[in-house]
Amino acid sequence: MSEQGDGTPGAGLPGTGATAVRGGTAHAGDAAGAAGYHARRTLPLRVEAVRQLRRRRTLVAFAVVVALPIVVWAAFAIGGRPRDRGDVPTLVDVATSSGLNFALAVVFVSSGFLLTLPVALFFGDTVASEAGWSSLRYLLAAPVPRARLLVSKAVVAFVFSALAVLALPAVALAVGTAAYGWGGLDLPTGGSLPAGSAAARFAVIVVYVFVSQLAVAGLAFWLSTVTDAPLGAVGGAVGAAILSNILDAITALGPVRQVLPTHWQFAWADLLQPGAEWSGMLKGTSVAVSFAIVFLALAFRRFRTKDIVS
Amino acid sequence: MHLARIRPWRTRGRAARRRIVAGAVAVAALLGAGVASVAVAVDDAPAAVHRTNAFMTMPETPGSKQTVRIDTSFFTPAGGGRHPAILLAHGFGGSKDDMTGQATTLARDGYAVLTWSARGFGRSTGAIGLDAPDREVADVERLVDWLGHRSDVVQDGPDDPRVGVTGASYGGAISLLAAGYDKRIDAIAPQITWWNLPQALFPQNAQGEPADSGVFKKLWAGIFFTTGSTGTPSGSSPALPGTGGAPGGGTGGAGPASGTGSGSGSSGTASGTGSGTASGAGSNGPRAASTGRAAGRTGGSGKTAGGQAAAAPAPGGCRFTAALCAVYRQAAVTGRADPAAIALLERSSPSSVGSRIKVPTLIVQGQNDSLFPLDQADAMARTIASNGAPVSVDWSSGGHDGGDQETARVDGRVQTWFDTYLKHERVNTGPAFRVTRSGGVDTTTGEAVQRGATADRYPGLNGTSQVTVRLSGGPQTVRNPAGGSPPSVSGVPGLGALSQLSSLGQSLSLDFPGQFAAFDSAPLTKPLTVTGAPRVRVRVSSDAADGDAVLFAKVYDVGPDGSQTLPHQLVAPLRVTGAGSGGRTVTVTLPVVDHEFAAGHRMRLVLSATDLGYSSPSAPADYRVAAAGSALTVPTVPTLRTAGATTAAWVWVLPLVALAVAAALLLTGRRRRTADAGGTTAPGPDAAGSGGTDSDGTDPGGADLTGAGPQGRRGHSPRERPAGDSPAADNPASGSPAGRNAPDESVPLEISGLSKRYRGSQDRYAVRELSFRVERGQVLGLLGPNGAGKTTTMRMLMGLITPDAGGITVFGQPISAGAPVLSRVGAFVEGAGFLPHLTGRANLDLYWRATGRPAADAQVEQALEIADLGEALDRAVRTYSQGMRQRLAIAQAMLGLPDLLILDEPTNGLDPPQIREMRSVIGRYAAGGRTVIVSSHLLSEVEQSCTHLVVMDKGRLMAAGPVDEIIGGSDALFVGAPGATAPQLERVAAELAELPGVSGAEPAEDGLVVRLDGLGVPGLLAELLRLDVPVERVGRHQRLEDAFLTLIGGQA
Repeated sequence: MSEQGDGTPGAGLPGTGATAVRGGTAHAGDAAGAAGYHARRTLPLRVEAVRQLRRRRTLVAFAVVVALPIVVWAAFAIGGRPRDRGDVPTLVDVATSSGLNFALAVVFVSSGFLLTLPVALFFGDTVASEAGWSSLRYLLAAPVPRARLLVSKAVVAFVFSALAVLALPAVALAVGTAAYGWGGLDLPTGGSLPAGSAAARFAVIVVYVFVSQLAVAGLAFWLSTVTDAPLGAVGGAVGAAILSNILDAITALGPVRQVLPTHWQFAWADLLQPGAEWSGMLKGTSVAVSFAIVFLALAFRRFRTKDIVS
Repeated sequence: MHLARIRPWRTRGRAARRRIVAGAVAVAALLGAGVASVAVAVDDAPAAVHRTNAFMTMPETPGSKQTVRIDTSFFTPAGGGRHPAILLAHGFGGSKDDMTGQATTLARDGYAVLTWSARGFGRSTGAIGLDAPDREVADVERLVDWLGHRSDVVQDGPDDPRVGVTGASYGGAISLLAAGYDKRIDAIAPQITWWNLPQALFPQNAQGEPADSGVFKKLWAGIFFTTGSTGTPSGSSPALPGTGGAPGGGTGGAGPASGTGSGSGSSGTASGTGSGTASGAGSNGPRAASTGRAAGRTGGSGKTAGGQAAAAPAPGGCRFTAALCAVYRQAAVTGRADPAAIALLERSSPSSVGSRIKVPTLIVQGQNDSLFPLDQADAMARTIASNGAPVSVDWSSGGHDGGDQETARVDGRVQTWFDTYLKHERVNTGPAFRVTRSGGVDTTTGEAVQRGATADRYPGLNGTSQVTVRLSGGPQTVRNPAGGSPPSVSGVPGLGALSQLSSLGQSLSLDFPGQFAAFDSAPLTKPLTVTGAPRVRVRVSSDAADGDAVLFAKVYDVGPDGSQTLPHQLVAPLRVTGAGSGGRTVTVTLPVVDHEFAAGHRMRLVLSATDLGYSSPSAPADYRVAAAGSALTVPTVPTLRTAGATTAAWVWVLPLVALAVAAALLLTGRRRRTADAGGTTAPGPDAAGSGGTDSDGTDPGGADLTGAGPQGRRGHSPRERPAGDSPAADNPASGSPAGRNAPDESVPLEISGLSKRYRGSQDRYAVRELSFRVERGQVLGLLGPNGAGKTTTMRMLMGLITPDAGGITVFGQPISAGAPVLSRVGAFVEGAGFLPHLTGRANLDLYWRATGRPAADAQVEQALEIADLGEALDRAVRTYSQGMRQRLAIAQAMLGLPDLLILDEPTNGLDPPQIREMRSVIGRYAAGGRTVIVSSHLLSEVEQSCTHLVVMDKGRLMAAGPVDEIIGGSDALFVGAPGATAPQLERVAAELAELPGVSGAEPAEDGLVVRLDGLGVPGLLAELLRLDVPVERVGRHQRLEDAFLTLIGGQA
């Protein structure tokens, strides 16, 4: 037992280093801690995942992303195939060409706003709801080190968001393939891609759709550490996304729009042409990751010294 | 699509004033030697560029008495000195004003730049001579003459200025022609222009056919000639936006706003219509917008000048010279060029003086150009290079059909060219051959992504190697419909931007069944990039009366799904003569393209009998077409290296900046323990020593619960010390409690000098200079009214909030956020905190797993016993009553049987039996050598369960010690006197307070509370009797409220 304690000073915990030396009482685990306590074992990802997974809003979010492709399929089944309206064809116009086309159409209609919601929800709700329930203070007094709590929560929110964002196209692909068959991808601009390379591009698109949400994720996470009201954090992040969309529509802003978090959210359409283009997605990734990094840092900076009074 | 190039519009303003000045200049010019100038300072340019406007009078043709007036602007860098000169020529339908932006840029970079409106354009008079040698070219020679006399232009010899010429389309041809006719010109950079006008307007792609057998390019030619005509509603021309700027138009009032392009690579057709300047299809957004602004102004000036130029037109509404007008009419009617027409057009062709062009030439030709296709540039390059001059060829993405004109890049390259050959600077002139390849469209910006492919040598149209592609398909009959209608569609001049779609895999091309022959290749096994003109041998026979067959050859890119696209919408017209009996075999040169046919795609050769853009025979006929040899010879240039897509630098910089910002955010902003917690800015409520009877300040205000009672310490309570003293100064140990006593692990809790102010309440302390100590085995009651600071203290104890000053140690370890020693502390503070969607059992389980400690250490059963929830344990917590949550929370606090248990108001919401049970639980818990801290605002509560007490009020320690001492040791006596009136009690209290041995007395309900300080009870009774107080009883004052009153000075 005792050797367990020797090698495990309160790693990374401010203020514990100086007091790591203990004598006498045989407490295993972190110096000065209770028997068996190790800072880095607190709030394991699995525990945090279970805590979040059984929440109703988690289940609802997943249900929505799973149900949407089925709803869209039903809409096509009831309303008939999309008609060519004569103007520039859209992804929706060729949605029933193949499973991949259907999946892309579903991604197209949902990536603008719908997929922002689960991401904002999982990141914005995670800390603020604990504060709202008052369970946050018990976790922190357990003690779960604050940085560790944020890491656990961010990782779980990341995984959940990714699952939600990936679930939608996956279900759409399954539904679409069942309904319209497996085949190449008809491009809205004309031409088509063989199924193999189209599937690879589809995978990239799905990943990019998720990556492009990271800016919103970061903002939601930061807000989650700022406010005790989960709806405030989620709503704030969604509101910022809407604001960004509005600003993006103002072309007079010129190049400034390029660094708006939502400016590149449809850059994945660059892959829907015979010669794939990557620069837009690179830019979008750059912007999204940069926002995420800064917001994440703000979240840690805010949370590590925050007075928990909830 | 535009004959006139767009130029950025940078130095505008005061147009009206300048016009007036220019008018005066014109008068002066007539009086003088034909050349005059008046300096007009342009003071709105960012860097000083000097601009001179002048009309120059020139003979209509050499030796003619008639004159024309040429409107010129001369831009020179400020600051004097000699500079190389550049002649900037505008495009067809434009004027010198189109060149102002580029001229200013060049002047700023050290060139003397002369722009002028060519004959028939802008405010220059005269008929359009289509760059005729005796007209427009002679004008340029006179301009060079004029430059040759300038003291601010570098002179290579007498009357020999160093001068380069550049321009696009109409301006490009004049560059070439001027270089052919005037030896003084030192370098040229023609862009998207013609080399041989007959071949451009009457193309013939069947090799070995007579020169006059070309197929009339009727749509383009019509646009070309009619836009030079008066009375043409300029706005109606789809192809030449901005033609209203031609003086006759006068319809320029369409409005300044007409020019805002969509900015997404779409056709800018609308942009210039009816205004004065040329605009561009596919020009990018900002550019189109600036052009639009310019359009308004130019439109206005066009109107003003309209009267002057309208005098010039030739009869019949054609503003060209009479000979040109005749040629056009003849060709438009017959669809054929007669030798006279060819001869006339030859004169306007640089090819006629090809052997005399020996200056360094940068050739920029557009890939989207069905008017002057790339083969024109090829002839240009081959001829000039064979003369020994340096030549670079640049196939840009633009052209008359539209697309991204790459204006910025092309302008930059042109300037580099002149830097090299006029300034003789050692700069890289770029590759000998460059092709802009459109990768695709950036859907976010709507712009095509351009990449440059370069080679060290210009390969010509046959490539550096050839690939033979087999074609299948037997002889086919192609019907030429009567009247040539309906025609096949390949490209539509003016809608050329749509040809961009071909790079998107879309095609607007249209062929009518029965009117074309198609020959397909097998699907390509690997990608094939065509760079140059593919060739094919076809056998054609015709049943037309004249034995001719007019065909339009094109090569489609056919996708695996059968969709076909026509690269750059280009088509190669050909006329096979003498194919009447049995037919002839001819070699056809197909359109020059740079295009990649992807693997799996097929190449499809189509020969169509008609095409919208061309004149084809109106008599119906059947052609028999066979692909002789069944093979397509495809030129490739494997040495062309495509540069990677250039990624904007910020793509990489931004995340790095974000990382730096993140690092800065994390490295700064750690909260420092504020040294001013003692309140330099905010004196305590009892400031300035109001009660300052004791100023030695050596007592930290602390309390040791084990020993002395509160009496002796009361006077030393911290609030009575002079405000402004820093606690750190007062009490050296306050910052580090461990410093006073060596860390003692046996002490469960030691608090010293603890202070906390919440943000936003700078003048009010939640906790101030609190010090006390709890020993093992104690059950400590933390007592105080609401707002006394109990909860704040507990939160600091749990590391939830950071003290401003002072410290807490638990088992010898200082407490900070997440301190490991907190794992030995169980806490229940301010209500339960559970995940409402989970059951009570799951909450406890997950909480314990969150601590990361072994499951066996949890002692869940004991905790559950305390919770006493029964079956409710497996219900979601949200269904619990408050009492149930309370008990579950206390159970959670006891998980793992922590050495120090903190319970905040534990009996709230419990019913009496549960309260009793809770008391015994607490008692048993402490009996095992553990320590319990219970907070309450009810003395009766703590009285029964606690061994020791800490009393707080307004953030301060009021008393500390064993319960008995605090309650029993109270010096307060309650004098029950229900019969006394309130005024009487007040009077008595006041009198008693004056007595020696009495420290205080206050009226209370039905009596008095008296604090003695030396006086005994008998003495007090005597005094009371003396004061006629109807005393019923006197006893120790033990009620909580009264004890509080006592402890906090009777002010509660």
